[in-house]
Amino acid sequence: MVTEEFILIPGRTSRQGVGISEGKFESSYQEEIQSLQMAPSDMQRLDLKKGDRVRLTSEDGQIEVCIIPARTDELPAGLLFIAYGDLSSRLMGGDTHGTGMPTSKGIDVQLEVLKSA
Amino acid sequence: MIESSENSSSEEIKIIKDATCTFCGCVCDDIDLKVQGHKILEAKRACVLGNGWFLNHGVDTRPDCFIEGRPAPVEEGIERAAQILSRARYPLIYGLSDTTTEAQRVAVAIADWIGGNIDTTTSVCHGPSGMAFQGVGEVTCSLGEVRNRGDMIIFWGSNPAESHPRHFTKYSLMPKGMFLPNGRKDRTCVIVDVRKTKSARAADIFIQIKPRKDFEALWTLRALAQGIDLDPVEVEEETGNPLSLWQDLMDRMKAAKFGVIFFGMGLTMTRGKHANSEALLALTRDMNRYTRFVCKPNRGHGNVTGADNVVSWRTGYPFGVNLARGYPRFNPGEYTAADVLARGEADAAMIIASDPMANFSQPARQHLASIPYVALDPKDTPTARSAAVTFTVATYGINVPGTVYRMDDVPIPLRPAFESSHPSDLEILQGIERRVRELNRQMIRADS
Repeated sequence: MVTEEFILIPGRTSRQGVGISEGKFESSYQEEIQSLQMAPSDMQRLDLKKGDRVRLTSEDGQIEVCIIPARTDELPAGLLFIAYGDLSSRLMGGDTHGTGMPTSKGIDVQLEVLKSA
Repeated sequence: MIESSENSSSEEIKIIKDATCTFCGCVCDDIDLKVQGHKILEAKRACVLGNGWFLNHGVDTRPDCFIEGRPAPVEEGIERAAQILSRARYPLIYGLSDTTTEAQRVAVAIADWIGGNIDTTTSVCHGPSGMAFQGVGEVTCSLGEVRNRGDMIIFWGSNPAESHPRHFTKYSLMPKGMFLPNGRKDRTCVIVDVRKTKSARAADIFIQIKPRKDFEALWTLRALAQGIDLDPVEVEEETGNPLSLWQDLMDRMKAAKFGVIFFGMGLTMTRGKHANSEALLALTRDMNRYTRFVCKPNRGHGNVTGADNVVSWRTGYPFGVNLARGYPRFNPGEYTAADVLARGEADAAMIIASDPMANFSQPARQHLASIPYVALDPKDTPTARSAAVTFTVATYGINVPGTVYRMDDVPIPLRPAFESSHPSDLEILQGIERRVRELNRQMIRADS
């Protein structure tokens, strides 16, 4: 199985914010936090299409998510984005390097393509 | 202010003027709510997040209290919560950024009575900036000053179009201010980020830097502010942008009359953390040799700034405070919740308006799941579901009056829309505080 190195940026989205108010167990919120945005050029290179599943592995955890294309120029090649939530936090480590804040953005991950949608 | 009118349905429609939205740190206090019974029908002037907030907090039919997942009277829940906290050797109180200032005060008092550890969601938000404030200081101002004076607005590692949707229109870019009669035309907007976010569309200048290179980019600007010669090859290699671009930005910053840097968690959550925030605060300080420059963290939750203020009033420190020795000790990394849990130190906890079971690291979640804890939340969350005692509470700002602090430390009153059948955080915490004090007295009598 081919794996590639990426840098993951978890962050806020409006849909994730609205989802918190609607309820964290509702489908809208769950769908948002389980969607991984990738640069269209990376998707083309890896022969991925919207909805394909991938596995992300960091030094501290592993998650499985669906791919969606980022808006045309939002992400440069090699960078991934996911809305904050349960899944993104599973990739963080417990060590905060003396700050109280785990490294929650700019996480090194290995991406492994699982299967087509 | 409340206006009422009748409509065809049985319940009267009332209009709450100038209600306060507590979803994000902008704390917009100009929302007109159309309310019918226990439902908000419309939130005029609210953004997408504000609409989501107001329109999704109706009547919740869940019981007020659960003990071990079973419905229970509130009084029993308070008794159980007080027992859990009083018997613990290292209790943790955490959360607090989505509740009123009045409730936050009581939470700190409980931490003091039980000799516990108190921390807020600031520690996993702008906690590193809080550390940097102590090291460098903060040249700051109110959002009103930004609105009326700010002619150069920089957003660094922040995406307000998604996280604070009215930031541009209410405070930072669009308003016509006292010294900016043409509004947006009188301002220059610069956005610095690793992604070309939705906010970048609003920028006059967008600078895309390499991931994890904020520190290098900020120190490049610090050097340029001082007139220090830099190696163009090294600058481009480190920041992903040519030296000429940074020089142009510095020239514009020096030429501004009133510059403002809003910064977000793109700085604090990335490698470097407090060192990134320190670099930005120091750059802001440096710029005041040439012109007026200020900076502000864009704060996320509705009253996270209130949590910083209240914990500071009561203990002298803004977050991550330990009261086990009878006096406050502050040490991020030691007394912050993510660490106290991940290291397996806390043996009980009370989580107020926060969801660490969904947002903390796996070791921290696993430890929290293994200890008895109390949760207060208006919504059903992973944290509320796994608690030994869960209180379903009324929503601040929608059901509960009180005070919150806007991201620029300005206190704002809440104007609730309708009453809830659930108790408020404040009522629950006051009950727990009373019972904890009684238990303390009993333990002292037993010891003597």
